[in-house]
Amino acid sequence: MWRYFAPAGAFLALGALFGLALWKIGAGKLDIREIKSPLIGKPAPAFVLPSLTDPARQVDSRTLAGKPYLFNVWGTWCGECRAEHSALLAIARMNSVQLIGLDWKDDHQEAVAYLASLGNPYAEVAADNDGRTAINWGVYGAPETFLVSADGIVLEKHIGAISMAIWQQKFAPHLKAGGPS
Amino acid sequence: MIPELGTLALVLALLLATAQAFFGLAGAHRNRESWMAVATPAVAGVWVFVTFAFGILAYSFVVHDFSVQYVAANSNSELPLLYRIAAVWGAHEGSLLLWIELLATWALLVAALSGGLPIAFRARVLGVLGMIGVGFLLFTLLTSSPFARLIPAAQDGADLNPLLQDPALAAHPPMLYMGYVGTSVAFAFAVAAMLSGKLDAAWARWTRPWTVAAWVCLTVGIALGSWWAYYVLGWGGWWFWDPVENASFMPWLATTALIHSLAVTEKRGLFKSWTLLLAVFAFSLSLLGTFLVRSGVLVSVHAFASDPSRGLFILALLLFFIVGSLTLFAIRAPTLRSEGGFELVSRESFLLLNNALLVAAACLILVGELWPLLMDAFDLGKISVGPPYYNMVFLVPMVPLVLLLGVGMHAGWRRALLKSRQRILLTLAGVAAVLGILIALVGYGGPGTPLTIICFATALFIMASALIEPIEQWRRGQTLPRAALGMAIAHFGVGVWMMGVTGVVSYKVEKDVSLAPGESATIGGYTFKYEGSRQVDGPNYEALEAKVVISRGDKLIAELPTQKRTYRVQKNPMTHAGIDVAWNRDLFVALGDDLGGGKWSMRVQYKPLVRYIWLGAVVMAIGGLVAILDKRYRVRRTADEPALAPGAARKTV
Amino acid sequence: MSRWLTLVVLALVTSAALAIDTEAAFPDAARQERYDRWIHELRCVQCQNAAIADSPVGLASDLRRQVREMIAAGQSDAQIKTFMTERYGDFVLYDPPLTARTYFLWAAPGLLLVVCVGFAVRVIVRRSKAPIDSDPEEPA
Repeated sequence: MWRYFAPAGAFLALGALFGLALWKIGAGKLDIREIKSPLIGKPAPAFVLPSLTDPARQVDSRTLAGKPYLFNVWGTWCGECRAEHSALLAIARMNSVQLIGLDWKDDHQEAVAYLASLGNPYAEVAADNDGRTAINWGVYGAPETFLVSADGIVLEKHIGAISMAIWQQKFAPHLKAGGPS
Repeated sequence: MIPELGTLALVLALLLATAQAFFGLAGAHRNRESWMAVATPAVAGVWVFVTFAFGILAYSFVVHDFSVQYVAANSNSELPLLYRIAAVWGAHEGSLLLWIELLATWALLVAALSGGLPIAFRARVLGVLGMIGVGFLLFTLLTSSPFARLIPAAQDGADLNPLLQDPALAAHPPMLYMGYVGTSVAFAFAVAAMLSGKLDAAWARWTRPWTVAAWVCLTVGIALGSWWAYYVLGWGGWWFWDPVENASFMPWLATTALIHSLAVTEKRGLFKSWTLLLAVFAFSLSLLGTFLVRSGVLVSVHAFASDPSRGLFILALLLFFIVGSLTLFAIRAPTLRSEGGFELVSRESFLLLNNALLVAAACLILVGELWPLLMDAFDLGKISVGPPYYNMVFLVPMVPLVLLLGVGMHAGWRRALLKSRQRILLTLAGVAAVLGILIALVGYGGPGTPLTIICFATALFIMASALIEPIEQWRRGQTLPRAALGMAIAHFGVGVWMMGVTGVVSYKVEKDVSLAPGESATIGGYTFKYEGSRQVDGPNYEALEAKVVISRGDKLIAELPTQKRTYRVQKNPMTHAGIDVAWNRDLFVALGDDLGGGKWSMRVQYKPLVRYIWLGAVVMAIGGLVAILDKRYRVRRTADEPALAPGAARKTV
Repeated sequence: MSRWLTLVVLALVTSAALAIDTEAAFPDAARQERYDRWIHELRCVQCQNAAIADSPVGLASDLRRQVREMIAAGQSDAQIKTFMTERYGDFVLYDPPLTARTYFLWAAPGLLLVVCVGFAVRVIVRRSKAPIDSDPEEPA
């Protein structure tokens, strides 16, 4: 007799799953499009790329070791990057960590002009023309920001525009706890 | 002013639908004829007001009323008239209105054509349909009104998504929704039976034509979508196992199972509770599809702009109707035991296996669809389940199904009695096997996959087997009852469909090439020569048109124009592929990019037998239509009268 | 949500429409076949609703180039899989991996077949033992 309730029970379970998913999405705890980075806790991918501001020079990830840095992927074609730019400038002014930019598949002249007119928060900007470095970092859309520790481990990744609030909640704690590790 | 009339019309429709639901169900419960009599006029009233609202929305599009937010978001002053009307169902709010319009229409048809049904039963059916209408009207009015105003009005609209500016895709949602909504009729019949506590063979006879009608609409709707994807999207693909495609395919599988289960209930009064469960299952898959597409829990190219709060509303609707009816099922089903046996090999057992395999297939797709969501919701990681998975696992229930089909359609009730057909079936099987091998090896130079020959042979066997009965009757100078003829045609269509799928999956060739004018590429024995390109202007787009000349050896086959369009408002570049059609293959050219120096990238494809996929679907649909027109569904009968006069055709389906 | 809208719209405007490869096919059919299979098995992580074979966005063509280079360099399927999942996780594979968390997913086809057909067979066997000709329901 009770087995006839099985279909109803199964559907209730399904409904519970959907309810949970919807609640989590609404509460911002679940983003079905977000891909959590498999790089977290692993060494940051190495790269050697021409500098955007001085093409004769190179930006070599090995020279970045010893100090933590914020690795920010952006492009002039990306609307949200423009939106987060002022936050990046503010973070750079705080001088708690240096910002390294990755100009992803962008027009060089426009990128240089962009930084000149809006301000340059980056200590260095690497130009990724063919997208290989972005692939190595598992980038799938701009803007994306990574926090890399002094010994080259990826500590945190944020997908989407960064803000001071996100900086405080997600990135700053890594720097305070036991100092830059 | 006018859009507000639309809102008013929907409110009135909501009130009438509430009356329809209340008086239909309560009237039947209390056996008050005066109450039950309210249901029919209520149905008519709902239809009038919903159609009026639908007309208002269409009118707003036609006259370019950009003060209506929905119109501003989906139309444009340059949009051709046909697509302005199609834009009515181009996005979430409007497509909901389409859903409601079709629900009201089905209810009207049921009210009009079911005069012969017992009064209480009919009132219950209309009452349930009214409840569904109430649910959707509330959802529309409270969360998704297509008549919301944009203040100040836009100067011009954002234009309809260019992907939707196509006749096949304009027709696809109405057809598909007719199918989705049609499952609600079978659902209503099932719930009415559960509420009354009575279910007999006559109930199955009443339910079956409505179910087949919904099935025909689903079949055509899905085929239209697949065909559109093939010739518009430029990839030459026809099925992607996208979540929204799956959302339409699962109800189709369940409805197919339901048609077959109803056959047993109608003929022998067996499988009663199973048939009820299937009817609820088919409708729940329909509602589930509606939920998945609009709630934002799944990533899909088809998904409407989503909103978790809307998702919660639909979830509530879903749970109310489904858990409600399944609870009713749990209470009633134990009382519906039926007697009657059949031999191990009999029509009944074939049909039961048919149901088992179709339901397994539907559940399989559901698992694939929901597993990533389950993992994600519980923070177990993110995975993707796509074509590589589905293409492989779908074969598991389907191969046994098609293998059984050719023989099963000849099995007799209670005892299969296949001996009388044994010789001809074995002969046809042999011929099919030989033909299958010939087609694969001689026609295409080798089996594309291990299954190719088996599938060709099985498809040919099904087609031949389906024709046995009609030909036999024709030779005897007798006519087959339409239900049996329809069945034969539909099964024949399955075979045609299988030929198409097997051919294209096993033997298609795709190649990406870069060609300057005068250069050519060769695939499958056909040479594609790019001759040059020019600019052309369309009503709301500009296009670059390339001419490709196809030849085979020395013979000129076709001159194909293929376009890359840029729509003026939305500025999305869109490919309009050039396709050369023949009885046994399609040749496909899609334009890529300007590589500079006159060179263009293109994708050329050779698609053998691909048209049979949609041809097969059309044949299946025709079979369904023929079956609905069978006389036994038309004569008004109550449960007491005999269904068939003595001396009628030996076998009913 | 708006971020994705921006990306997708921009991608359609600025990148190669229609995902057509401009490099020549591999000279040997076996490697071309591997390439074709891989680009249909990898999900475009940017637009997320197509394989990289069919996605017009820049990242998809970059990933196709990556696959092409790896196959040309003689890397195995396992190496290609590891490369992609190291960067994008299991999400990038349209063919879900077989792990403890996906056992049920992969067992589902066989399991459902056994359960559904088993259920049907049980009913058939039971009914075959019931009297076959007595049937109060059937119309004449």
